[in-house]
Amino acid sequence: MNISHHFDDATLMAYSAGSLPQGMALLVACHLHWCEHCRERVDATNAVGGVLLDDIEPVSLGEGALNDLLARLDEPEQELAKPVSRPSASAGQLPAPLAELVGCDIDELPWKRIGYGVRQVDLDLDGPGATRLLRISPGVSVPHHTHTGNELTLILSGSYNDEVGRFCRGDVADLDGEMEHQPLVDTDEDCICLIATDAPLKFTGLFGRLVQPFIGL
Amino acid sequence: ERRKQVRDEWSACLTRLAETRDKTEFARLFGYFAPRVKAYLLRLGMVDATAEEVMQEAMLLVWRKAHLFNRSKASASTWIFTLARNQSIDRMRRDKVQFYELPEEEPDPDHRDMGEHSVIEDRMQEAIATLPEGQAQVLHLSYYEGKSHSEIAEQLGIPLGSVKSRLRLAFSKLKAHWGEDA
Ligand SMILES: [Zn+2]
Ligand SMILES: [Zn+2]
Repeated sequence: MNISHHFDDATLMAYSAGSLPQGMALLVACHLHWCEHCRERVDATNAVGGVLLDDIEPVSLGEGALNDLLARLDEPEQELAKPVSRPSASAGQLPAPLAELVGCDIDELPWKRIGYGVRQVDLDLDGPGATRLLRISPGVSVPHHTHTGNELTLILSGSYNDEVGRFCRGDVADLDGEMEHQPLVDTDEDCICLIATDAPLKFTGLFGRLVQPFIGL
Repeated sequence: ERRKQVRDEWSACLTRLAETRDKTEFARLFGYFAPRVKAYLLRLGMVDATAEEVMQEAMLLVWRKAHLFNRSKASASTWIFTLARNQSIDRMRRDKVQFYELPEEEPDPDHRDMGEHSVIEDRMQEAIATLPEGQAQVLHLSYYEGKSHSEIAEQLGIPLGSVKSRLRLAFSKLKAHWGEDA
């Protein structure tokens, strides 16, 4: 995969610190699955946590903490209830963390029309913001908007163009409030992307304000 | 220098634990890391009893997953930090969804004895100690207290963009020490 757009350092630090909302952490894990460059960067942002753990002032433990734990070491290990990823046509199409979560092919998802040329699936994860899959038809552009918080987009297939550049499969757009943009699908293929935010978007044009209640991102 | 030795020693100890499954090695690791892991969990806002419980779960994972520790990729401190962080996220999430991360790979046995990351982390530690106060503050709020960038912005009364640029500046100083000798 030829990836040319990656995360901001600050985003990977939040991922390592464990402070991203669930949907954004999912999106980061999906990109990491595809991107060796960012996997190496995460080794570095994790190391910040390791150094801080070394530096922390230790606290006293409950009485018998060590013995309690030693007694548990030989307990049979319960298999972690990890969802088994089902092999499907999309096995190579979706990154593993997302494939495990949705458990089906991309075309079998309950896509809902939310406006002209735009369909979505709300992944309904907990926490602030939203996590959605968007499927945008060729030639369609998402209304102009800015961001009150952070917005991460991972391209799963197809491509789009906006003020920042061209985004293809595997690329991420990592945007915050300073950026106003209007993505436009620029090939004859649907653009399918995963979008995670930690606050609502602000649509700027009239059309944007009209569709906001439907998109609700 | 002393710090680097300590860090190397714990990474070696964890590597030995993976090979020998010796409970006295585990008890040594526990003595150093458990009080730190619990301190970290308390800073994340857990009450004492919960922090104690989650620390126990994290340390149990250290025992069970020791064979996945890869010394060429991270120090013991970093590896245990990530386990503790994932446990805390699992605990704090209402719906118990796991932290999304990559599947761990079995390390290549030939690479178990490389210690270069402890050198780098040692330099990182020095760099953290010399960060300007504003940068150190956002770093601590993020890693120690698990605050999101928006929450930090609100707490400090500064724009979200400033939180991110402070983190970027801090990381670029730390990163300068990353990979030099690797
Ligand atoms: Zn990347
Ligand atoms: Zn946007």
